[in-house]
Amino acid sequence: MKKFQNFKGIVVPLDRSNVDTDAIIPKQFLKSVKRTGFGPNLFDEWRYLDKGEPGISIKERPLNNNFVLNQERYQGASILLTKKNFGCGSSREHAPWAILDYGIKSIIASSFADIFYNNCFKNGILPIVLEQREIENLFEKVKKNDGFNIHIDLVRQSIKLSSGYLISFEVDKYKKSCLINGLDEISQTLEKKDKIFSFEKKYKNVNPWLFEEIQI
Amino acid sequence: MGKTLYDKLWNAHLVDQDKNGNALLYIDRQLIHEVTSPQAFEGLKIANRKPWRASANLAVADHNIPTVNRNKGIPDPISALQINTLIMNCKDFNVPYIPIDDVRQGIVHVVGPEQGATLPGMTIVCGDSHTATHGALGSLAFGIGTSEVEHVLATQCLIQKKSKNMLVLVNGKLQKGVTAKDLVLQIIKKIGTAGGTGYTIEFAGDTIKDLSIEARMTVCNMAIEAGARAGIIAPDNKTIKYLENRPFAPKGKNLKRAIKYWKTLYSDSDAEFQNIIQLDANSVIPQITWGTSPEMSLNVGEKIPINKSNGSNNALKYMGLSGGDSLADYKLDKIFIGSCTNSRIEDLRSAATIIKGKKVAENIKLAMVVPGSGEVKRQAEVEGLHKIFINAGFEWRDPGCSMCLAMNADKLEPGERCASTSNRNFEGRQGHGGRTHLVSPIMAAAAAVKGHFIDVREIMDQV
Repeated sequence: MKKFQNFKGIVVPLDRSNVDTDAIIPKQFLKSVKRTGFGPNLFDEWRYLDKGEPGISIKERPLNNNFVLNQERYQGASILLTKKNFGCGSSREHAPWAILDYGIKSIIASSFADIFYNNCFKNGILPIVLEQREIENLFEKVKKNDGFNIHIDLVRQSIKLSSGYLISFEVDKYKKSCLINGLDEISQTLEKKDKIFSFEKKYKNVNPWLFEEIQI
Repeated sequence: MGKTLYDKLWNAHLVDQDKNGNALLYIDRQLIHEVTSPQAFEGLKIANRKPWRASANLAVADHNIPTVNRNKGIPDPISALQINTLIMNCKDFNVPYIPIDDVRQGIVHVVGPEQGATLPGMTIVCGDSHTATHGALGSLAFGIGTSEVEHVLATQCLIQKKSKNMLVLVNGKLQKGVTAKDLVLQIIKKIGTAGGTGYTIEFAGDTIKDLSIEARMTVCNMAIEAGARAGIIAPDNKTIKYLENRPFAPKGKNLKRAIKYWKTLYSDSDAEFQNIIQLDANSVIPQITWGTSPEMSLNVGEKIPINKSNGSNNALKYMGLSGGDSLADYKLDKIFIGSCTNSRIEDLRSAATIIKGKKVAENIKLAMVVPGSGEVKRQAEVEGLHKIFINAGFEWRDPGCSMCLAMNADKLEPGERCASTSNRNFEGRQGHGGRTHLVSPIMAAAAAVKGHFIDVREIMDQV
């Protein structure tokens, strides 16, 4: 995983609550066996006027000009601003893969669905939870100012506006360190393999039926 | 202070924990399907890792497979590649795999309990949010992403933070014509689609005790639609009876030991829940969702809400509905009885009682029953249920996820309206532009006969 670095980026506002992972990346694109290439189909049903299918070039597809991602002023955005319960529904990690592939590095919302929130960290995306008041404030600023951008500092856990206004945010220490250092969680866990072995040994003695082999 | 069922399950699997509460949790069973696993196996290959305990996994293809003419192979080459990738990965890594032509094949959340591969007291994960289903047996079961699938394959553990405890206490008796599906939709409406976020929900009370194991699965299945990753129900004698003689369930001496342990799996009377929701089962009536979130449901007969917010407005527009109307005024196009929520034998039996001797209404373009597994299908055929459905004009399909998420050929066309026994009514979920109304199997069956929604209790009284 790439190290997460502090960055400044354009904010794109998605003024909806309960954005589900079916909306983030529709199921027909989940047939891929790869982790990349989902970006062109991020929010496919909102972004295009026709029905998307894998293998169809997006250059030939009619854009929905009303959708924020298609508006000139939000081109090159790397921060998604949205409302409550973002990423609800299916556990598909294709959702953060699509977001990352599009170029979004951080998502700011008043709340996230649990599985999606965890999936973001595994892919170097920083999900930030802010109070409703701050979210409304940011929405207002984005709408008023063309090219509105903010600076996200994960080390200091703060968001800085060009006016100098600072907003701090909370993030779990372990998750933060994984992002900053680009750590592979599996390697980290395997460093504890002696602990896992010793747990497993005791556990097997107490629950032998859980270790019966499945034979198809 | 006493412990909740969730506390007990959590503690029994705790390998390690840091001072910030990040725990290493041991995983007993991982269920694997074709859509969320290829990148996980690829990750193992790249890092030259092997599964920690290959036989702790069980794989089956369900999301992508056709439900007709399966003997002719998989016509969509992209789907075929994904399924073949699963077959090859299972072979390469020695992961137990149930083949497509095996009678045990089916939706992973139907197959697990049916085969006794998911048991009380286990931690169970799968790259699918409806893994919560298995909590009905008294296991801690939750959905994970693909990176976590790889993590479990490689380490048999997951890094987790403990959730908070929520108790949903349901007492009273469900009325005739009111099912576990109506109950859970009512619960979701009460809690809200994000109300359970950060919680594990335990469902308890007399009503839950009275539910069959399959009905409990319907309830736990939809815990995620209230935002909770896991829903659990304490195992009891019904659970033990359900598991007797299941192929992968323990037998003999091991079963005796297991039962002794399973009987300790309940919330202590002085256990603390951070949130308690109470519901009177007597007051629950059949539910129909009107919008694009599972929390947007109506009591049958209730008028469609006049839009109040942006969200409701978007939902009404997408669903092609006018606030103030009755849902019964809108013609339906398709009927789907299936999915990990409602595709088990009891679901098919109950739907068949409504359909028996009747015909699917003429305006219905397609009514289909997709059994949850080959075993469910076989049992239904033994009982002659397939004939009831086929004679009424239903299509009788092969098992899979099918039109719940429409990854295969089973889908809604733009603007089509569907009565569906599945779990999500999100925009585009059942097909681009498709309009989904979530209901119980008997409500779907009644709608098939009439061509629009009705209160199933009206025709039950005629029987």
